[in-house]
Amino acid sequence: MGKNKLLTMRGISKSFGKAVIALNDVQFDLEEGEIHALLGENGAGKSTLIKVLTGVEERDEGEIELCGRSIHPRSTNEAQQVGISTVYQEVNLCPNLTVAENIYIGRAPRTRLGGIDWNAMTRDAKELLEKFDLRLDVTQSLDNYSVAVQQMVAIARASDIKAKVLILDEPTSSLSNVEVEKLFSIMRKLRDQGMGIIFVTHFLDQVYEVTDRITVLRNGRYVGTYKTADLPRVELVSKMIGKDYAVLNQALLEGKEEKKAAKRGDVFINMKNVSHTGSISNMNLKISKGEVLGLSGLLGSGRSETARVLFGIDQVTGGELEINGEKVHLQHPLDAIRRDLAFCPENRKTEGIIADLSIRDNIALALQAKKGLFKKISKKEAQRIADEYIEKLEIKTPSADQLIKNLSGGNQQKVILARWLATDPKLLMLDEPTRGIDIGTKAEIQKIVIDLASQGMAVLFISSELDEELRCCKRIVVLKDMERAGEVEGDEISEGAVMQIMAGGEEQ
Amino acid sequence: MKDMKKIRIKNISLTMTVVLFAVMFIFGSARYDHFLSLSTFLNLFNDNAYLMIAGIGITFVLITGGIDISISSTIAFTGVFMAYCLERGVPSFVVIPTALIIGIIVGAVQGSLIHYFKLQPFIVTLAGQFLMRGLCVVISEASIPITDPFFKFMALGRIPIKLGESKALNGKIYYYVLIFVVVLVAALFILKKTAFGRAVYAIGGSEQSAELMGLNVARCKIGAYIISSFCASLAGVVFSFYTLAGYGLQNMGMELDAISSAVIGGTLLTGGVGSVFGTAVGAMIQGIIQTIVTYENLNTWWTKVTIAGLLCFFIVMQRIIAVRAEALKGKTAAAA
Repeated sequence: MGKNKLLTMRGISKSFGKAVIALNDVQFDLEEGEIHALLGENGAGKSTLIKVLTGVEERDEGEIELCGRSIHPRSTNEAQQVGISTVYQEVNLCPNLTVAENIYIGRAPRTRLGGIDWNAMTRDAKELLEKFDLRLDVTQSLDNYSVAVQQMVAIARASDIKAKVLILDEPTSSLSNVEVEKLFSIMRKLRDQGMGIIFVTHFLDQVYEVTDRITVLRNGRYVGTYKTADLPRVELVSKMIGKDYAVLNQALLEGKEEKKAAKRGDVFINMKNVSHTGSISNMNLKISKGEVLGLSGLLGSGRSETARVLFGIDQVTGGELEINGEKVHLQHPLDAIRRDLAFCPENRKTEGIIADLSIRDNIALALQAKKGLFKKISKKEAQRIADEYIEKLEIKTPSADQLIKNLSGGNQQKVILARWLATDPKLLMLDEPTRGIDIGTKAEIQKIVIDLASQGMAVLFISSELDEELRCCKRIVVLKDMERAGEVEGDEISEGAVMQIMAGGEEQ
Repeated sequence: MKDMKKIRIKNISLTMTVVLFAVMFIFGSARYDHFLSLSTFLNLFNDNAYLMIAGIGITFVLITGGIDISISSTIAFTGVFMAYCLERGVPSFVVIPTALIIGIIVGAVQGSLIHYFKLQPFIVTLAGQFLMRGLCVVISEASIPITDPFFKFMALGRIPIKLGESKALNGKIYYYVLIFVVVLVAALFILKKTAFGRAVYAIGGSEQSAELMGLNVARCKIGAYIISSFCASLAGVVFSFYTLAGYGLQNMGMELDAISSAVIGGTLLTGGVGSVFGTAVGAMIQGIIQTIVTYENLNTWWTKVTIAGLLCFFIVMQRIIAVRAEALKGKTAAAA
């Protein structure tokens, strides 16, 4: 390409304490006008590298050069001032401020008197968002809009700052396909203007659709940088996970076989016309022992809401709920736990992990709740359980004493899974269990799910990634607008069939 | 139609506060002779200027999601410190700026401790409260009268306001009320029109986001505590004009009056939402309750009882509004 080097990182190392080496002699370079994918499994060090670059973490060793000048940002603010701006996976904006302010805060247009010019800000924000095909009332506070819109606003903010380098850290995980397309067209536009874009994602399709080059990290080390067009997908995957792709595929195929072999047992959950005011209505759902039931639908179709009702977070306000043939009324999640239900919520960070507790304590949590506060689980017992699941689920950690916040996303998810498995549930509900997780761990978790079902557990599997549901589930119930829209089973299951129900709501 | 609804929800707390004030004023006017007059209204400012100033200051801290319970002690300290210095012949043009600077220092220290050591604002300002209150009594256990001519001038100087011939249309405001007016206007400008003010809201919304958006969180947070303590000192100065004395046990628990003014005026203790105008009206509501209690010839503690009820009402209302807004948002998200 012969373009100018924009950013060069050499010999970057960073460790947290003595035990965790996050980055070990990593290099990365970015040219003007390119979209460069930064890929790797969880724990590969992508996030840490981004944090070092944006000044959130300080590097232990190494050099960063921007436009030939050595830089050493100590805060996000400093990074922004030298021209590095970032959009994070979780929306990092202020929900209480207006959309316009969220875009312009810190660099708002001024009136002649020196005060903030709200009219100009509103006008500019509107114009900027129109480039993104977003027509919003920018004077409304941000929390009036969906997460997807908020993410677009964050991207608009970042791209509008006079940035030379734009970092997009998993920006697409909460966006729909149409929105992703929109984002890509904007990324291309920015690239053509000479901006260098670092794109961190787990979606390989997106990598091949939009990026020019790829840099792969593994276990905190630099693996290599490749032209996207020259790197076959299979090879990329094997570079990322460090094992042969064929092996991985084999594991999944085995899973598929087991899935076929699994027999459906007695009905465990039976929802009859269940409603909860303000969310789901007239939901009919049966889950049998030993089956993985997929719950599919677009964002806001009532997938998570159904799980919330089943777990007693939201109460049943109409219809009947039977668990194991017995009519029940769940007042509280504890009621559900005592009936051997388990629920891994969608939002791992806010609803799942207790960041400052150790892995052991995080695992013991649900079991303790089930037993009641007065039957304390001894430390020894907790240790035994923790060690057992660390081994079973292959959680990557030096010990069970490690604080959970120090683990990568995929391993955190496994800890949560372990927490619920420790209660020995009869129904396991998983809401987006693999979001933001690399393919290697993803496949592992999928396999665990299938294994569990074959041992007789009922599993409710909620995922917005269709191919994942197709792989794991024998039966998929499709929801639409808070109601059941249809169901596909066995050999009928295909992407097309599910999508047709999602789109048309036709009972087939 | 839907937009209308949203706008209403956003401003409903403030609207409710203003309406409540009007209702109370009308209630008083209907019930008592001589209540309905300009002077009743203006006296609310005369008697509560110091509370309003302190309330405006603390609103900054509350919007960031923090709390400052040191302000009443700072007010008392300012009074005692000034009275003590004036008694020893230090001129007022030295004493007043010094007192204000002490306020700024107290705020800067508290803010820095809270920000850099990540300490709980409650504990840090509790320590500040003990310190300032303790120092008051160390300086003087007894009340010290102030005889300085400038203070007397400010205490007694007033502007007559005449809207008509009848007695009800006559009133007066003391000079020190003008200080409140200046503080209010300045605070409104800062919060709405300056980068600092907007960052105060941003921090209240999400401190982490504010940091990641490149805002100078340290400066803003410490700045908010400085403003709070500075306003407390200023309120102390105004209070000295009002009472012409400095007494160490004065204004015990007044920080809670200031906080309740802010809450009644629509400020959320969780941060991110609030207005200084609302706080001023909130303080006036407390003033009018006091006035009504006086007219009714009740024990003045009935004021507290009434405010307790009001506070409960307001926080429950805020919660309901928040929950309903959440539901509304859910619906629009589903529709989108």
